Amino acid sequence: MTGTLWIGTRKGLFALRGDAQRRQWKLVGPQFLGHVFHHVVQDPREPKVVLAAVKTGHLGPTVFRSTDRGRSWKEASAPPAFRKAQDGEAARAVDAVFWLTAGHASERGTWYAGASPAGLFRSEDGGDTWQPVAGFNDHPMYATWIQGPGSPIGQLTHSIRVDPRDARHLYLGVSSGGVFESTDAGGDWRPLNAGCAAEFLPDSDPQYGHDPHCFDMHPRFPDRLYQQNHCGIYRLDRPDERWTRIGSSMPRRVGDIGFPLVLHPADPNKAWVFPMDGTSVWPRTSVDGKPAVYGTNNGGRTWRRLDGGLPRKQGWFTVLRQAMCADDDDRTDKLGLYFGTSAGEVWASRNEGASWTRIAQHLPQVFSVTYGPAG
Amino acid sequence: MVTQATAGFAVPTRVASPLRSYTAGLALVEARGTTVREALADLEGRYPGMRFRMIDEQDRIRPHIRLYVDTRPVLELDQRIEPGATLHLICALSGG
Repeated sequence: MTGTLWIGTRKGLFALRGDAQRRQWKLVGPQFLGHVFHHVVQDPREPKVVLAAVKTGHLGPTVFRSTDRGRSWKEASAPPAFRKAQDGEAARAVDAVFWLTAGHASERGTWYAGASPAGLFRSEDGGDTWQPVAGFNDHPMYATWIQGPGSPIGQLTHSIRVDPRDARHLYLGVSSGGVFESTDAGGDWRPLNAGCAAEFLPDSDPQYGHDPHCFDMHPRFPDRLYQQNHCGIYRLDRPDERWTRIGSSMPRRVGDIGFPLVLHPADPNKAWVFPMDGTSVWPRTSVDGKPAVYGTNNGGRTWRRLDGGLPRKQGWFTVLRQAMCADDDDRTDKLGLYFGTSAGEVWASRNEGASWTRIAQHLPQVFSVTYGPAG
Repeated sequence: MVTQATAGFAVPTRVASPLRSYTAGLALVEARGTTVREALADLEGRYPGMRFRMIDEQDRIRPHIRLYVDTRPVLELDQRIEPGATLHLICALSGG
């Protein structure tokens, strides 16, 4: 038995459980039919623990928690919520819990959540009770950094990353606002966006206001950062401060716009993206109706088209930022890659993207595909 | 999220289907209080988590939730509930 693919959709939670060869997948679910699952994350520190960011069309946001690999769930007793506004302050309320990240390996039970509108929250009891991270939510520059409507569902906090070398070193992304860094466990933050384009702003090289769609830090080489931005694909090798647009080497007719970005868990030079059409009125479909993953083996110097088994034409789906992942078992064979689509399909590759097989279809729109090891 | 115990009289409370996961499937429950705020606090004590799905952290009724005391829409949480009135917790249309 391999691990579990957690499939969060616009209409409920599903799971795909694979055999050891990752050839056969069994679809389980739905659980919580009709609930919106923005993100479902299995705890790498305690594999029986799974957290889900949930709401429904009518009801407010919350977090569901499982301590038995998703067989049973309990709602957080204090979901992420902003502090009560004081007189004259803008009264912010969490509309959606959008992102979940397990905390540092040394801090069992610690989790971070990103919300819409932009907000960062922390739990120290396995996701049961959540507190706002004042250093971000009440930062003196918050209203300056984070402006505009953000995404169609509002400003989003996502891509929360914890440096495996230092629990106090954090990154996060805000759409739109940019990538921000904290070196004191969230007490203070600063923008980290130099070199990234923001074609929707008048300034040619602004410090903030960008739209990182997906940001990641390599787990074994945490000085290497990647991001799929609204305006291109970038890499940054710390301690440098300026991002390099590695998407410039993508085919011009494809471009380097998209949402998801997946890193190889061992090789810092390998990454995968799923380009979408970001031209003219931004159709946000696969480019030319020919869906493809693009991968790099050299840190973005060159990219390869990886579309074996995917529709050759009239395939107009796309993939959201939480909806693509790699399995991270300590395997001796090739890494598995997975993505879920706007058309309710889940695709899998057992060979790092060289060929793809559809392992689920006819699901609701897929918002999140994450891998949890069998453990 | 508010769990303070509440005095007052019994208020029959009708619960819309999306909220019945909190009431063990019951469509009609009882709250105690003399205002909507008190009744919701009492319900939260009985059915933990229910209030936050309807009322945000700024004490605003969520966009797709409607509360009524009998046929009167609830515009603010301190609205009084008269003895014998029914509180309705309704989920309004929210899209496809």
